[in-house]
Amino acid sequence: MPFLTEEQAKALMTKVLSYSKADECEVNLSFSDGGNIRYARNAVSTSGAIGQSSLVVSSAYGKKLGVATINEFDDASLEKVVRRAEELAHLAPENPEYMPMLGPQVYAAPTKTFEPATAAIDAKFRADATQQSLKVSEDNKLVAAGYLENSAGFNAMMNSHGLFAYNTSTNVNFSVTLRSPDGKGSGYATKGYTNVAQLDVAAATRVAAQKAAASVDARALEPGKYTVILEPAAGVVLLEYIGQGMDARSTDEGRSFLSKPGGASKLGEKLMDERVTIYSDPANSILPTSVWTGDGRPQEKVTWVDKGVIKNLSYSRYWAEKKKVKAVPGPDAFIMDGGNQTLEQLIASMEKGILVTRLWYIRMVDPQSLLLTGLTRDGTFYIENGKIKFPVKNFRFNESPVIMLNNLDALGIPERVVSGESFQHAVVPPMRIRDFTFSSLSDAI
Amino acid sequence: MKRRDFLNYSGLGAAGMFLQGMPMVGNIISAEEALNPGADTAKKKQMADVALNAARSKGATYADVRIGRYLNQFTVTREDKVQNIVNTESYGLGIRVIANGSWGFAATDQLDNDSIAKAAAMAVSIAKENARLLKEPVQLAPQKGYGEVSWKTPIEKNAFEVPIKEKVDLLLGVNDAAMKAGANYITSLLFLVNEQKYFASTDGSYIDQDIHRIWPAFFVTKIDAATGKFETRNSLSAPSGMGWEYMSAKPADKIKSVTTLYRNSYDMLEDAKLAGQQAGDKLKAKSVEPGKYDLILDPSHLWLTIHESVGHPTELDRVLGYEANFAGTSFLTLDKWQSKKFNFGNKLVNIKADRLQPGSLGAMGYDDEGVKCGQWDIIKDGILVNYQTIRDQAHILGLNASQGCCYADSWSSVQFQRMPNISLQPGKEKKSIDDLIKNVEKGIYIIGDGSFSIDQQRYNFQFGGQLFYEIKNGKIAGMLKDVAYQSNTQEFWNSVGAIADASDYRLGGAFGDGKGQPPQSNSVSHGSATTHFKNANVINTARKIG
Repeated sequence: MPFLTEEQAKALMTKVLSYSKADECEVNLSFSDGGNIRYARNAVSTSGAIGQSSLVVSSAYGKKLGVATINEFDDASLEKVVRRAEELAHLAPENPEYMPMLGPQVYAAPTKTFEPATAAIDAKFRADATQQSLKVSEDNKLVAAGYLENSAGFNAMMNSHGLFAYNTSTNVNFSVTLRSPDGKGSGYATKGYTNVAQLDVAAATRVAAQKAAASVDARALEPGKYTVILEPAAGVVLLEYIGQGMDARSTDEGRSFLSKPGGASKLGEKLMDERVTIYSDPANSILPTSVWTGDGRPQEKVTWVDKGVIKNLSYSRYWAEKKKVKAVPGPDAFIMDGGNQTLEQLIASMEKGILVTRLWYIRMVDPQSLLLTGLTRDGTFYIENGKIKFPVKNFRFNESPVIMLNNLDALGIPERVVSGESFQHAVVPPMRIRDFTFSSLSDAI
Repeated sequence: MKRRDFLNYSGLGAAGMFLQGMPMVGNIISAEEALNPGADTAKKKQMADVALNAARSKGATYADVRIGRYLNQFTVTREDKVQNIVNTESYGLGIRVIANGSWGFAATDQLDNDSIAKAAAMAVSIAKENARLLKEPVQLAPQKGYGEVSWKTPIEKNAFEVPIKEKVDLLLGVNDAAMKAGANYITSLLFLVNEQKYFASTDGSYIDQDIHRIWPAFFVTKIDAATGKFETRNSLSAPSGMGWEYMSAKPADKIKSVTTLYRNSYDMLEDAKLAGQQAGDKLKAKSVEPGKYDLILDPSHLWLTIHESVGHPTELDRVLGYEANFAGTSFLTLDKWQSKKFNFGNKLVNIKADRLQPGSLGAMGYDDEGVKCGQWDIIKDGILVNYQTIRDQAHILGLNASQGCCYADSWSSVQFQRMPNISLQPGKEKKSIDDLIKNVEKGIYIIGDGSFSIDQQRYNFQFGGQLFYEIKNGKIAGMLKDVAYQSNTQEFWNSVGAIADASDYRLGGAFGDGKGQPPQSNSVSHGSATTHFKNANVINTARKIG
């Protein structure tokens, strides 16, 4: 299947629905085309290209739902997949939590999630970008390993109640690690954009090179509580546990960090410093996202944490109906407000502490307190009197992002960042945090 | 559909977090369709030859093609409800070539001759585009062609053939048992995998394989309404390279300890009942006093520590720097191996790599570049003696053949070095779990895997678990909670005090171990007998918020 326009997608899905005999029928159509290149030891290692398209048909009889998918789009195949979904629905057990499909929805104006320049990336572009990155590595006498991937596609849905939605998107992600040949220094950079014109592979590689050179011969500091500056790439991997943890059902069931005894929740309570505001907004100019979700609900601007107060929880349609509240879907991407200082200004105004440029291998230790563990990686530095003094050995930390956001000291200017753990994009400020808990030392470089 | 959407809208949302890294792309089909045999080997050979010939005609000096039909079945329930039953099928062809000394790869799900030839041409053109960025041409270890051969996981009963109703009844029974035993919530699932893989290469191999895996699992939560505290207890099952026979517990496979432990088959109902009780016991358990403790680690826990601290650092691609940008490198640098005296552990520590072990997740006849699988030592009497390699790495170790560690999680993914089963060998002296416990003055007995985290070179790690029991003067003294231990890999493996004998040897495993960019999933088992580690650093993980 080629990249369909909105009208072409609508025509195809209308045809699919015309085959339906079920009480309700919904069609999700998706297409993506992309490629990647990987390099290591200053040479290309693997690369590939993959195009994928999928048509998902959901057919329901009463509360019995059947789902079938296909990646062939001739008339016979389209009818076949509808029949198969209907057969599966007949065989399915009744789902007491089934929600009837949505009727027509009003979505906000489409956001700028698609850029033609990104969709035009080809194997030559990827190889050229890799060559630029390798040149920076070799000029600095370092060893590079990196990865560039791009994709372009569309998502569309339509159902028998008249709902229709369509969205196009592009994405390009780049990450690179430079290491000194003796393995004593390592630096990392990652960038992700909707528009490839914003991506400067050489500049990102130079940032990684600077960190690699500066991190050689790290000294050991005693583990303990330190004031830290978390660069956005370090902060995002902790903050995303809050972004993902706003689910109302698990909160109401008593098994979330937002639960309170007896089925109550911390909704409306101040849990963090008043400078903490976290929201999602499809129209955000730095990180535009789709104005509708995979189940057809409108994606609107939602404030999750407002000046430290838990303001909203996300709901499945079933749970929202049960609780008689608006079914606010979970965010596609989150944005955290910041301050006016640059990272350099945050460092310059710091008496002493540690600059953390990346955190790695983050795992939940206790869902009750959102206690997380993980390690610093690829450049950790000691700061004294506003200056980076020397690189320090990596630490393991045990910290809850909720406690961390109570110990907030200062926020910098937010920027778009890619999580090195979930690969999701977010807009996050650099953060200066007091009493961040490092529990042991690591010899890893 | 985006993976996250698939998880949310297929009812796998709750279980999804336990399925991180699983390839989810595929068409949803009926349970009956999953039993269709798929294309026969003659047809697959014809398609493979189209790909190989097209690659050669475009200038490839080597090519291999994988035609894969990957079947998954998820049955997911929570409490008294079926969440979802999904069967997926992913079918297509991936072709990998060497041209101008460089690798190229392309894949297609359109399996007519023209589309196959086009994919082969695309792989060659990518290889040629990338050749300008090479330092040295790819060097492949020699590999003879095997001709037409086949291999099957030796299962007794294909789990896909078991009626869905039987599976749903089992899971709802499991949920009922846990709820009656005191659980507030339970999600339970059965996850089945069948990889039907056909490999062919310009070396002259045509290899047909039929690989089966099964993972029954549950996740229990118990809440104290008065305090708002909650505790969880996950199943103690091991994902296995077996058929439905894994679900029929044999009395001889049960080991009675503080809870029932399972060897080569699993009693899900019994474990769920115990889990319901134990989640409640955890709420009342004593919060651990941080400090130094001896650890007695059960195989249901130790497999994950082996996986992270032995399996990953002995992957040669990590050692060489191929994973530096994501999964990381390794502290087990080549000089340590070359010295032939690097004390990874003490003399009790013997660790083998094994791609043949029956019942294991990593068992297969041939790897994904047509190399016959085998077994070799990784750590011998505590010394690092070998790594895990594939064909384009073997020469770096001076080997004249690959060790058969190449794997791709889909026809659409390029194959690369993945972990075989890596297992700690049991102790040579006759010793039971009780024999180990009775020699501990102050310790903690840990069962089941929990939170895990390790640095990118695999030195510093922290592990939790499911069940923790205090040991005082050689006796179990009650349950603990909020336990995690931290250590350094080399110190940890040099602190082994004793390993139980072969009668206690059991497998655990990871159904979806992630590595690579883009990330790929691998299934791998790790065997061990219960093991005593001395003087580990234990921390208390309880915190208070809001």
